[in-house]
Amino acid sequence: MATNQQRDTNLSPDEARALRFDVEEFNTEYARILDAQDIDAWPDFFTTDGFYRITGRENYDAGLTIGLVWCDGRPMMQDRAAAVKTTMVHAPRYLRHYNSNVRVTGVDGDGTIHSESNYLVVETLMEEETRIFQAGLYIDQFVREDGGMLLKSRDCIYDSLLIPNDMVYPV
Amino acid sequence: MPDTPFIDDGSNLPLSELRWPDDDLTRIPDWIYTSDEVFQRERERIFFGESWCFVALEAEIPDPGSFKRSYVGDVPVIVSRDQDGEVHVFENRCAHRGVEFCRDLRGKAENFTCPYHQWMYDLSGKLMAVPFRRGDRGEGGMPKDFKLEDHNPKKLNVTIRHGVVFASFSETVESLEDYLGPDNLEQFDVVFKGRKLKILGFYKNRLQGNWKLYHENLKDPYHATLLHVYLATFRLMVAGQKSAMICDESGRHSTMASAKDDDIEITEETASQMKSAFREGMELSDPEFLNYVQEFDSPWTVTMQIIWPNLIVQRELNTLGIRHIVPRGPNALDMYWTMFGYDDDTPEMDKHRLKQANLMGPSGYLGVDDNEAIKFLQDGFKHSQDGEGIVKLEPEKEGSTQTLISEASVRALYRHYREVMDI
Repeated sequence: MATNQQRDTNLSPDEARALRFDVEEFNTEYARILDAQDIDAWPDFFTTDGFYRITGRENYDAGLTIGLVWCDGRPMMQDRAAAVKTTMVHAPRYLRHYNSNVRVTGVDGDGTIHSESNYLVVETLMEEETRIFQAGLYIDQFVREDGGMLLKSRDCIYDSLLIPNDMVYPV
Repeated sequence: MPDTPFIDDGSNLPLSELRWPDDDLTRIPDWIYTSDEVFQRERERIFFGESWCFVALEAEIPDPGSFKRSYVGDVPVIVSRDQDGEVHVFENRCAHRGVEFCRDLRGKAENFTCPYHQWMYDLSGKLMAVPFRRGDRGEGGMPKDFKLEDHNPKKLNVTIRHGVVFASFSETVESLEDYLGPDNLEQFDVVFKGRKLKILGFYKNRLQGNWKLYHENLKDPYHATLLHVYLATFRLMVAGQKSAMICDESGRHSTMASAKDDDIEITEETASQMKSAFREGMELSDPEFLNYVQEFDSPWTVTMQIIWPNLIVQRELNTLGIRHIVPRGPNALDMYWTMFGYDDDTPEMDKHRLKQANLMGPSGYLGVDDNEAIKFLQDGFKHSQDGEGIVKLEPEKEGSTQTLISEASVRALYRHYREVMDI
């Protein structure tokens, strides 16, 4: 189940709190650029060899590997960003991203930080009522590079299996 | 969100008062996409009529006891494999009070028990037990003449071809082979014959449009060169390259086929006709993404096959999948996607397919365009007055064609549709 994985961790409460704050700051900035639909900036949140996937919880729970979006490396993310911006025909929309319940679940020997958090995306089409578009869980791995944090891996596991029409932007 | 309650395009009129404009196949009236009465007749005559409807891939139900929830039209069914390996399809509806009793998307079971009063069915859908059938301490219970065998959920006719399971409410429906016709059977077999499938995963989305729009979309290669900027820009499908629309004799089924040609010259004229649909100079940061591994005995790099009334078989480069249409009234359809590769795929091929899956699906580079366009169409129909669309391209043909700039196979579909629907 894609929920509440508890990883063995040697972190002191203070260390865990500090890391959680770092992750929350990261996610706040990540949500800001998605809210602004600044899609060109999105790949920069990842390491060059970073991995990004959006998949339904039914797939994740069954160990199935498909992604609605499946990007292995920042170049693939750049190609998706370019497609969203240039080639994918879609109606204008506003999106608002909410992130909460951040839990740092462990730190590896090489410094990789594991965390999980809930996300919610609210969508508004121009002349329609605002609706909850997607509820899900981020399963993340962060590394520190050049003083900042970058995503080595982000798995977006959505509960909202029946997608309303389509999903243009990454979450 | 509730749909517009009142539709003023004539779709509130009784079916008997609706007339196809001038009996002309080049014109399609809006009311076929919005009328509740038309939808009810489609359920009866098409989805529950002389049709084979897709329900499952055998790879989804590999073992004795495996089952999945599925649909024929909008009717929930269970597809299950019994202990002898035989596949059964029956309504997901308890014969007692009508409970849709199987709630898991898929899984393994020894039997199915309705939670409401514990009526139990075996893997073939046969009613096996009714609690307190003889009452309790001599009181209550079913009438003496109650027979289990009179109370089975409705069982459907089943046929399987190369691991693809179809069901029909009709007992008189022709064989699947005759139903598809030789040319579309051949295209179907390219994907399914000879290699065992491996399921990669599932997507589901609800499109805000009439289910027939998806058929039209895949019988309209004209849009492929114009709506899908990605296809044209990366020369996956562009006017002038080798293409075909392969229809069956009835006009129901079709395969849109094209062969990617990296060397095709986009003439100035073609480029100017495509207007904004062509982005000269756009390049991929990860060019391997569009590699094509030749794995089929076929001249085509893409085939999009649509089998009436509810199945799409997608083969775009090396991304493979099926789409299962579940109509949800006149104004919406649910699309159930199953993405797959083959059991003997190498890890590299696995990864290649997962990468290329970005092309299709509810977030696909091509998928998004169609979902959006179908909503835009339905929005147009819902608020029109006596509206109609025109499908006049390549007027001398009806059905199969070799050019992308054609609506000949849309007209072939509507000749068949009007005959079955008697409208």
